[in-house]
Amino acid sequence: MSKRVHLKDEYLETRLIRRRIILSALFILILLSLLLGRLYVLQIVDHEHFSTLSDNNRVRIKALPPARGLIYDRNGIVMANNLPAYRLEIIKEQVEDLDQTLIDLKQYVEYSDLDLSRYRQAVNRRRSFESIPLRLNLNDDEVARLAVNLYKFEGVEINARLTRNYPQRDHAVHALGYVGRIDIKDLGRVNENNYAGTSHIGKLGLEKFYESELHGTVGVQQVEVNARGRTLRVLSETPPIPGNNLHLTIDSKLQKVAEQAFGDLTGSVVAINPLNGEVLALVSMPTFDPNLFVNGISYKNYDALRNSIKRPLFNRALSGQYPPGSTTKPFFGLAGLEARTVSRKTKIFCPGFYRLPNEDHKYRDWKKQGHGHMDLKGAITQSCDVYFYDLSYRLGIDKMSAFLDKFGFGKRTGIDSTGEARGLLPSREWKRRTQNQPWFPGETLNTGIGQGTFLVTPLQLANSTGALALNGLRYQPHLVGALEYGYSGNKLETLVKQVAEAGVSKQSNWLQTHKALVNVVHGLRGTGNRINRGLTYKIAGKTGTAQVYGIAQDEEYDEDTVIDRLRDHALFMSYAPAKNPRIAVAVIVENGGHGSSVAAPIARKVLDAYLVDSDVPEVSGDNSGNVSQP
Amino acid sequence: MNEMSDTENYSLTRRLLDALRIDPVLLVLLGILAAFGMALLYSASGSDIDLMLRQITRLALGLFFFIAVANVPLRLLKSFSVWLYLLGVLLLLAVMFFGEVGKGAQRWLDLGIIRFQPSEMLKLAVPMMVASYLADRVLPIGLKDLFVSVILVLIPVILIARQPDLGTAILVGSAGAFVLFLAGIRWRIMLSLMFLFSLMAPLLWKFALHDYQRSRILTMLDPESDPLGSGYHIIQSKIAIGSGGVYGKGWLNGTQSQLDFIPERSTDFIFSVFGEEFGFFGSVILILLYLSIIFRGLYIAARSNDNFGRLVAGAISLTFFVYLFVNIGMVSGMLPVVGVPLPLISYGGTSMVTLLTGFGLIMSIRSAKRFMG
Repeated sequence: MSKRVHLKDEYLETRLIRRRIILSALFILILLSLLLGRLYVLQIVDHEHFSTLSDNNRVRIKALPPARGLIYDRNGIVMANNLPAYRLEIIKEQVEDLDQTLIDLKQYVEYSDLDLSRYRQAVNRRRSFESIPLRLNLNDDEVARLAVNLYKFEGVEINARLTRNYPQRDHAVHALGYVGRIDIKDLGRVNENNYAGTSHIGKLGLEKFYESELHGTVGVQQVEVNARGRTLRVLSETPPIPGNNLHLTIDSKLQKVAEQAFGDLTGSVVAINPLNGEVLALVSMPTFDPNLFVNGISYKNYDALRNSIKRPLFNRALSGQYPPGSTTKPFFGLAGLEARTVSRKTKIFCPGFYRLPNEDHKYRDWKKQGHGHMDLKGAITQSCDVYFYDLSYRLGIDKMSAFLDKFGFGKRTGIDSTGEARGLLPSREWKRRTQNQPWFPGETLNTGIGQGTFLVTPLQLANSTGALALNGLRYQPHLVGALEYGYSGNKLETLVKQVAEAGVSKQSNWLQTHKALVNVVHGLRGTGNRINRGLTYKIAGKTGTAQVYGIAQDEEYDEDTVIDRLRDHALFMSYAPAKNPRIAVAVIVENGGHGSSVAAPIARKVLDAYLVDSDVPEVSGDNSGNVSQP
Repeated sequence: MNEMSDTENYSLTRRLLDALRIDPVLLVLLGILAAFGMALLYSASGSDIDLMLRQITRLALGLFFFIAVANVPLRLLKSFSVWLYLLGVLLLLAVMFFGEVGKGAQRWLDLGIIRFQPSEMLKLAVPMMVASYLADRVLPIGLKDLFVSVILVLIPVILIARQPDLGTAILVGSAGAFVLFLAGIRWRIMLSLMFLFSLMAPLLWKFALHDYQRSRILTMLDPESDPLGSGYHIIQSKIAIGSGGVYGKGWLNGTQSQLDFIPERSTDFIFSVFGEEFGFFGSVILILLYLSIIFRGLYIAARSNDNFGRLVAGAISLTFFVYLFVNIGMVSGMLPVVGVPLPLISYGGTSMVTLLTGFGLIMSIRSAKRFMG
């Protein structure tokens, strides 16, 4: 029987399969008796036990929400914490008539249609015995009024729960982001069970990016309750694990200096430590108070913020995209040296305009009468456009975009926050891909002075400036320096990530660039020289002015007649101390006019605060001086 | 069912069923079960008429496939097996790359009009493929054939387990394994294969799965570690079943099931509603009903005179048993929670259609015997 047969034998095979079928039938009988045995135990032997649980008492699982991780600045100043706040909550199962209760409650406390629709959404998703908030953040009057009348409402409770609070209010809001009420869309991206008791979730910025770190792990209480839902005893409890704390690289004092330096202006400052990518300040002006969003912002407040012409909700530092203007000149100058298109000694005559061969179109210099004979250093110092028109024309767009790509232009930096824009580094390939059009020589010239389609974010500009300062070494910018585990207090440093190195063949090419940039601030004819008064250290910098609208060939840009929103953007990129850079700062002031007069002084204040540390105002919890502008 | 009072009517019904190539015994048993299921679903869903209508639509669709497949000649089904299998594996790969994520796992394919779960199709394609491969070879199964068959089973099983959908992976894997068992795999080899697999499991665990997949599987195996999710179901499910007692609380009177199980009581945990409302007595009857269906299927398998038919009919019947066993086992807290529905009763999409299509296959096997023998 067990001897192997190599021919098919119908009879043997039929017998084999039938025998196996009978065997499996026996198996099935045995396993089903096991199943029946199990049911016998549950339904007959232990019936009494389960019957008691079912008739009089019920076992309930209660979720214990974890405390959200705190956020500190680099010196331990609290940027986000949790405060107890009163909430009106309803346990649906204990309410006789939910709709009537909701109507009756209106006599004692206000709640909006939005509150109501959120409540209804939550009720549909959660179990009927869970306590679900209808209104958050009750004030003392409301609590008092409700508390007196609570006896009329079975199943309605006032509970104090920890709620996110931003003690610095409108300070550093674009670096932090904020939390808001959870909605269905949020639940799709988290483990819903872990959020069983949680009412808020990170909506934007760090709060969103680090949601999984900040949230913590839900705790569980298994309780026995009576038929009316009151807890009789706790059967078991697993306490929640609080979320991890974040220690930012942001220096709250420096951030405050930068914010105050803006005054009423609109724009952004990003300061980075080029040696490791730590973001020291991330400013977008104007700001707003994120606490408004925690408990559901009112339509009125939201409309005011959203419709404000200055767009305070817009995170300019990460999402704002601006033409870099002349701040690109050091990069293209370096590209020219590297490709040997120009040398240190190459001189070009600037008559105030440039013409491509066989073209009538005049490409203007910002200085109508021209700069005269210019070498590279002079062209950077005085920001001569004609020199860079000529350089770009000879270098060609392909080499230009390839070289700037190494400094991170046109790519996300990968910062640990949300909403980062990509910027745009124009190239032949990009134009063919997106517009299906060939590249025109005129576009090369525009790109060469940072205009045309070229776009950068303030963060990108700061990061690339840092890379220039460090002779090409570039790190990934990050906002969180360390994680602190909520339950143990152990700190975990985040890793410093080097992204790329933009190499050049000759060390002297770097030196040329650094020298020219120092000359911009310290030189006699430097466009940024009005900020050099009283400097105890050397700043390397470059001004920039970015056109918001184009001027026709024969028109002139007259600063006085142009309405504010069409005025040029002012830019300034800088690092210092020039010999031994410890900080890189990019400033963009929307519609600020010239980089030299508006943007550079802001950078100076930030650099002073960081390097000299004089007259830095203390950061206090309340909102001193610097007002948000909705 | 139709009235079968007088002989003429009887023979008419009989002739109609013969023409449709349908086994009356199995049809009656399945009909009773489906009726049972509808009544139970009515209670479990809290008298949700819309949900009932959707379930009836699926039942009708299943019935259509049931009759359609029953009328496809067995020969054709056999030659069709390879293509069905290849299509299935291809669709699984498509799900891996373009699939829809639902309830945290990636198992759906959006075909525009309908969303479709390809893993469901493999429940039939795998046993058909392995059976058609083995049918013309010498049995008991030799080593080389065994090797090929095991590979044929493992490819889809691993793809499905990675989605991760452990329940379906178990069902597909056991369907394949049953074919091998029926094809006479030697005990010695079977035991060593089991041993080998238990050795390999840790390696697969370590290298074939992602972190989040591992953690999800761990939660399935140990529901207590997830008391807000499946652990909660188990605790409440045991209370519901246990409180049913000998005769149960009566249809629509299950207090536990009417209140607490909001998420799963019409789908995977529907047996807890049954246990509470119909008690131990009802459970015995339900299990006997299932047993009759399984045994009828095995009987048809044994009576078939074609190896392909025997293997497929046997494997499908045995898989049907696995559904039953795993579902009631997990609902009663005896087995881990892996997401297997109570066959033909649980509310839910494709499983109803697949199950009835499977019985259609058994019908085709039964008629093939008649025409050939």
